[in-house]
Amino acid sequence: MSIKPVSLKPISLKPMPLKPMSITLKIFALLVAAALVVPYVPGIIYPIFVMKVMCYGLFACAFNLLLGFTGLVSFAHAAFLGSAGYVTGALMIRFGTHPLGTVTAFTLGVLASALVGLAIGGLAVRRRGIYFAMITLALSQIVYFLAVQFRWTGGEDGLQGIPRGNLFGLLDLSSDTAMYYVTLVLFSIGFLFVYRVVHSPFGQILQAVRENEPRATSLGYDTDRFRLAAFVLSATVAGYAGAMKALVFQLVSLNDVSLHTSTEVVLMTLLGGLGTMFGPLVGATLVVGLQNYLATIGDLVTVVIGLIFIVCVSFFRRGVVGEYLEWRRRRAQRALPAREPATAPSPSHAP
Amino acid sequence: MQKHLLAGAFGVSLAALMASPSLAADKISDNVVKIGILNDLSGIYSDFTGKGSAVAAQIAIDEIGGKVLGAPIELIAADHQNKPDIAANLAREWFDQGKVDMIADFPTSSTALAVMEIAKQKNRITMLSAGVAMAAITDKCSPLNAQWMVNTYALAAGTAKALLKEGKKSWYFVTADYTFGHSLEKDAAAVVEADGGKVLGTSRHPFPGGDFSSFMLKAQSSGAQVIALANAGSDTINSIKQAAEYGIGRNDKQVIAPLLAYITDVKSLGLAKAQDMYLTEAFYWDFDDRSRAFAEKYFAKMNRMPSASQAAVYSATLSYLKAIDGAGTDEAGAVMAKLRTMTIDDAVIRNGKLRADGALVHDMLLLQVKKPAESKRDWDFYNVKAVLKGDDVFPKPSDACPLNKAG
Repeated sequence: MSIKPVSLKPISLKPMPLKPMSITLKIFALLVAAALVVPYVPGIIYPIFVMKVMCYGLFACAFNLLLGFTGLVSFAHAAFLGSAGYVTGALMIRFGTHPLGTVTAFTLGVLASALVGLAIGGLAVRRRGIYFAMITLALSQIVYFLAVQFRWTGGEDGLQGIPRGNLFGLLDLSSDTAMYYVTLVLFSIGFLFVYRVVHSPFGQILQAVRENEPRATSLGYDTDRFRLAAFVLSATVAGYAGAMKALVFQLVSLNDVSLHTSTEVVLMTLLGGLGTMFGPLVGATLVVGLQNYLATIGDLVTVVIGLIFIVCVSFFRRGVVGEYLEWRRRRAQRALPAREPATAPSPSHAP
Repeated sequence: MQKHLLAGAFGVSLAALMASPSLAADKISDNVVKIGILNDLSGIYSDFTGKGSAVAAQIAIDEIGGKVLGAPIELIAADHQNKPDIAANLAREWFDQGKVDMIADFPTSSTALAVMEIAKQKNRITMLSAGVAMAAITDKCSPLNAQWMVNTYALAAGTAKALLKEGKKSWYFVTADYTFGHSLEKDAAAVVEADGGKVLGTSRHPFPGGDFSSFMLKAQSSGAQVIALANAGSDTINSIKQAAEYGIGRNDKQVIAPLLAYITDVKSLGLAKAQDMYLTEAFYWDFDDRSRAFAEKYFAKMNRMPSASQAAVYSATLSYLKAIDGAGTDEAGAVMAKLRTMTIDDAVIRNGKLRADGALVHDMLLLQVKKPAESKRDWDFYNVKAVLKGDDVFPKPSDACPLNKAG
């Protein structure tokens, strides 16, 4: 990525998103259309599995917003996923039957993760690189510790039997099909929000900060504030996924705030393709799918998952989606000089 | 579009209806009794559950003849990787699409509680053969759940009562600083004080802990006759190892009593470090002829002796299948009702009675780890000191469980 668009920021704004937007959105619309029929073919693909993929996919999108588009490595994302899940879950257990219960619990859960994000981000953004990552790691461990110690989080047992409640007293969410469509809508909103952020002037500035921070500073941007804003946004979206997850699975556990989940989301993002819109979704599908479908093969499950990751890291450095985009770019490049000799026989002509 | 889908769905369900032979249709759902084993196949708990649990279940299925009420019995096992959401997802899928009627094992309490909740919704049975959480029989209790082996209270109370009877009255607790450790300590301390003992002090260590030497030395200098370890897993192993380095618990004045330890922990510690410790377990393979007969069958397949959890899977599966046979159906409520009327007496569980809240009250064993010289073969680890009556060691029915109030 060049930082050119940034220096031209006020002018190049409007034409920028048009072309890539249409392709991304077309693919997304296709995916959603495919997802719409899933509940009718439970024999082929299990709807709850798709819901899980959507939750983790959005979670990975949130992480990608930070790592892929802002260049910040965070090991605190589980803390956001978990804190939103715990708040939503604990509120649902108490006020789940109220017509506005689900909406309120969901909103407060997301809000809680934004606050946790503000607290962790506020302390961490002053440092760069590995120090930033270490601070997020340390602070997320505090969240983990609190989740173990608090009574309302259920300690190491977590929260179970969280009611899904209903939507404004109209739609009962306890049926899996109703929940599936609500999850799909929530997921679409979340994904489009991330898409919008990435392709906004704000998103362009974030990418500028990632590419060349001193230059962004020299252009007059307060880079720390932008990094903090990106961090809180990412935390909020992660919390959004966490609140969704709490409602879908009706449980929140320590695993959701553990370091393991924080590293898993790194894996999903890298596996799918860093800095691409669909990469995190593909990565989440792969990781969740492997965990689910390999669960029955017995004690080899970790070995097989590990091998697959080694292969991916060795041969798909850019991740699945990143590698595909790269392949298309190279093909387009190869096609260009191939046609050229017909008109101009100079191979070194290409720019 | 919708019309087509509806028509398709109708056609499929019609075909499904016609395909199912009416033989045992109303007695056995899906014409198969399917048992799921959900545990840790690859992680830290795979030693005392893992593959061995599935093998133990298969032994039970073979003993019953592979069929119940004319329907075949199938077994499926999966790795929940100790993550509640994976466990919940697998369980849902098994119940919805996999025709699974009962799921057993669950070495972590969070996975157990998560699946119990789903089983309750889907009207299927859970049998916690490895899950020891008290929550499963108190505030989270379910009418379709049985805690088939033991719970933390029974383990702690068993050891405490037996040691008090031997005149070891002064106690010191080394406790893992989280809910599990606290409740284990609280239960054991209550027993100690009720039976005229005294708690001299408590050290709380972080969870998971790395260095236990200061806690163990403090416990030693307290002069307490019993150093009780209210922790589990690697914390227990590490505290015992470090105690052994200081020679703590090597004389008659002071003993170490892990409140939650399994034969696999003793195996990994080695007899040299674990010797003389007191502990309570639900099952020891070398207890009598019946337990040895089962253990040899298991040994032939796994080349190791069954842990209490693995043995409990055998007992749970066997009892579940017998209950189906007795009830004449695999409908969850009827099977549970039948189980509650049975007296469980097999190679593993003795004098067992299933209570309304899901606790299986049965005889427990007080064991002392042998000295290396006494051990004649591998897995020959324990001297059985006493058989503890179930009513003495299992907790009273809790008011927190609504099932107890109903009667």
